[in-house]
Amino acid sequence: MISDLHFSWLEGAILCPLVGAAFVATLRDSHLARKWCLLFSGLTLLCTVGAGLDFQISQAAEADDPWHLVSRIFGRELLLIDQVSAPLLPLVALLYFLTQIATVRTKVERFPFASSLLSEAVLLATYSCKIPWGIVALMALGTILPGLEMRSRRRPSQIYWTYMALFVGLLCAGLYYLERAEPNSTEANWAALVLGVALLIRSGIAPFHSWLPDLFDRATFGTALLFVTPMVGAYGIVRLLVPIAPDWLLHTLAVFAIVSALYGASLALIQREARRFFSYLFLSTAALVVTGLSNMSHHGLTGGLCVWLSLAISLGGLGLTLRALESRRGRLSMEKFQGLYNHTPNLAMCYGLTALAAVGFPGTFGFVGSELLVDATVESHPYVGIIVVLATTINGIAVVQTFFRLFGGAPYLTSVSFQIRTRERYAVLLLAAVVFIGGLLPQPIVASRSRAAEEILRQRLPADQPEQAHDAVAIGK
Amino acid sequence: MFDYQLLIQICGLTVFGAPFLLLCVLGVRTLVGRPLSERTISRSVHVAVVTGLFASLAILGIMLWTGTRHVPVDLVTWVSIPHYHFAVKLMFDRLSVPFVILTFVLCGTISAFASRYLHRERGFNRFHVLYSFFVLGMVTASLAGTIETLFAGWELVGLSSALLVAFHLERAAPVRNGLRVWTVYRISDAALLIAAVVMHHLASEGDFDKLLMNGDWPEGQALLSESQALAVGLLLLIAAAGKSALVPFSGWLPRAMEGPTPSSAVFYGALSVHLGAFLLLRVSPLLDLSFTLQAIIVALGLVTAVYAALVARVQTDIKTALSFASLTQVGIIVAEIGVGFRYVALVHILGHACLRTLQFVRAPSLLLDYYVIENAIGNLPTQPSAAWERMVPRRTTLWLYQLALERGYLDAWLDNGLAAPFLGVIRRCDALERRWVQLFTPRRTENEEVVESALMPVDSL
Repeated sequence: MISDLHFSWLEGAILCPLVGAAFVATLRDSHLARKWCLLFSGLTLLCTVGAGLDFQISQAAEADDPWHLVSRIFGRELLLIDQVSAPLLPLVALLYFLTQIATVRTKVERFPFASSLLSEAVLLATYSCKIPWGIVALMALGTILPGLEMRSRRRPSQIYWTYMALFVGLLCAGLYYLERAEPNSTEANWAALVLGVALLIRSGIAPFHSWLPDLFDRATFGTALLFVTPMVGAYGIVRLLVPIAPDWLLHTLAVFAIVSALYGASLALIQREARRFFSYLFLSTAALVVTGLSNMSHHGLTGGLCVWLSLAISLGGLGLTLRALESRRGRLSMEKFQGLYNHTPNLAMCYGLTALAAVGFPGTFGFVGSELLVDATVESHPYVGIIVVLATTINGIAVVQTFFRLFGGAPYLTSVSFQIRTRERYAVLLLAAVVFIGGLLPQPIVASRSRAAEEILRQRLPADQPEQAHDAVAIGK
Repeated sequence: MFDYQLLIQICGLTVFGAPFLLLCVLGVRTLVGRPLSERTISRSVHVAVVTGLFASLAILGIMLWTGTRHVPVDLVTWVSIPHYHFAVKLMFDRLSVPFVILTFVLCGTISAFASRYLHRERGFNRFHVLYSFFVLGMVTASLAGTIETLFAGWELVGLSSALLVAFHLERAAPVRNGLRVWTVYRISDAALLIAAVVMHHLASEGDFDKLLMNGDWPEGQALLSESQALAVGLLLLIAAAGKSALVPFSGWLPRAMEGPTPSSAVFYGALSVHLGAFLLLRVSPLLDLSFTLQAIIVALGLVTAVYAALVARVQTDIKTALSFASLTQVGIIVAEIGVGFRYVALVHILGHACLRTLQFVRAPSLLLDYYVIENAIGNLPTQPSAAWERMVPRRTTLWLYQLALERGYLDAWLDNGLAAPFLGVIRRCDALERRWVQLFTPRRTENEEVVESALMPVDSL
């Protein structure tokens, strides 16, 4: 049953960045644009937090806005909040807010504030939408902005466009044929497979991942970070694939993801450039999320959903730290020691915290989620599951190696102060608070993810009632 | 009637809470960019360690008074969802209480030493933040009532140790050695995590008091079959070997001496080097199930002891010589555990840790000590060679000398035999990936590449 929120939080959360994007685009002074962007982004964050809290208070399975503005325009209710999306909306808004607030003055001229607000609106709309074709359209729309940015910077973007075109094409084809195929028929299985491949591409799972390091190499760090860390591919898997996919397909997906996790971790270990290191670390850890989501057990799903949240925060923070270092030092090579510790001990600490949270270190946000994930994976795939442990082990080595490469060695000589700025300090403290509070008091988050996992499993009806699950996805219930 | 149980609960919370609070205070102040003064840091550490020590002594007193041998303390149910519980549970018994008292005594001694040794050092605050991490990790691992809790403490000890080895970040060698230590620790962590998960699935339990039923430590009976015990035991042995620098992981121990002397003393000479032996002692009822496992443990312990004794003889700096001397004893302790001498091993750990801490702390004054000895005896101190040394052929002596000098080629074997082939395959994959991406990228003129590389640093946001 769908209940009403007490205020139109969802519509507000999408309208704020949309209006903001339109307004900021008209401003010529980039410092002024930044201030307005922060205001709109802050308002969006408030709306999403309001939506999340309102939903928790209402204790409903699903909720929508009370004024139904969107349904009056489109003729059906497009925006909903449920257990899966409730924490994702504030998470996305927080990531955008932190990225915008941590943009240093010297880089204000280059950061596309209007475009970042627009992509925030698209992403929030994606996470508020449960209608399959709506999700597909919004996911496709979300892929355009980074490509346009690379083109405007005259960077080669062929590989990005190729993979994204493949992703959108397969996604549309899969959903189209799924709607027309008989449930449990061979055609439906093929359609689900096509859908699965599309979502693997968007999730950056090997061997469909080549666009990921390339995007980090060619786009601005901020744009690449905001494009990947919310893990839209994982959202697609939960909404479009898990309710209808046959068991064999989810098993296959899980095996691909597990192998990807190890492959990404191994490649992260040998990278000599910080951006490429980050992209492979993301590949490996995002693969762990997909592993959890493809696991049909309650524990596995709960673990996957927990790791999803923790990774979005921790990798977002890690990416922002690397971006802050780049804004001081230029592209970060790890061929030799950079010696940045004495200049920026706070950024070193922020790197340490977020990197450890990303690999599920005890006491951080990611620990319990990782434990659940490892537990469930070993249970469902006893031997292959051990690869998950190896992947997290190698990731742990890779992040500490990068820490030493960036912050260790003879101090870098410069006459310019590299000290952390006030705004960056706020961002660091906020991230540290989230990482530690989530790590020391994990019960509310884990319990909420456990309820979300139950909800997802409920949608995935038993084999004797596949029609209902098929229809539910097809009509977007 | 007096409620001893409540008193133990309070003391148990204090034992864990004191280092936890210390870490929170030092960590939060560092995070907000307002570190405490040297004096306040030293006092805070002093208060936390003494509080923890007295609380653990109180628990020991109550246990002796009431004749209790095993007291579980449920700290908190961290996570509870359907079919999954993660409880932070402490366990006070004949193994954990002496070990946690040893931890507090040695950490207290070292904190007093460090407050002078590191006076006005740039990294004073950083050292103590990492030190508080270490104390919390040691206390958590020592008192862990579940294997998951032990794993959490184990990881904290590993991270703080590696970062302290790389304490002098401005030099490349400590940083490289810190990474080496961290790599071995991560392998050890992975083995422990796999063992924990396997144990959970085989016995459906993670609590030590349920896993090792029917009796308090060192008695008890594990809930596994012989073959299961062998499999899990081998994983635990890898974990212990990594942490205690047993063969073939011994190479990290001398590298760990790059850290400041106080951390070398308390970590690699005394506490963390014994953590592997502690793990084996904790799961000792499991070892009893498999004779093969026991034989492997004894063999590994003896090989490590012989190896370390040999290598220690050719070292030219005191900290490295002490570290190998320490490893010799750890090898013997592991062999004792394999044979089944649990109490002997525990007493050996306690005595050895205290002696070695003293030796490490005196290490910076070694030259002075030698002057005193020379002045006292009026000559250079000499050490007569043993009779068996004269019986060994010269070629064999030279071969042994070279073997010892190269530290048994263990690092080279690990690097060339395991790491290099793995990295070679991965580098090939990376090269293939780059070639694949190149297929999509149009060729650019040399001018365009020059312009792009010139723009890269400023246009990298």
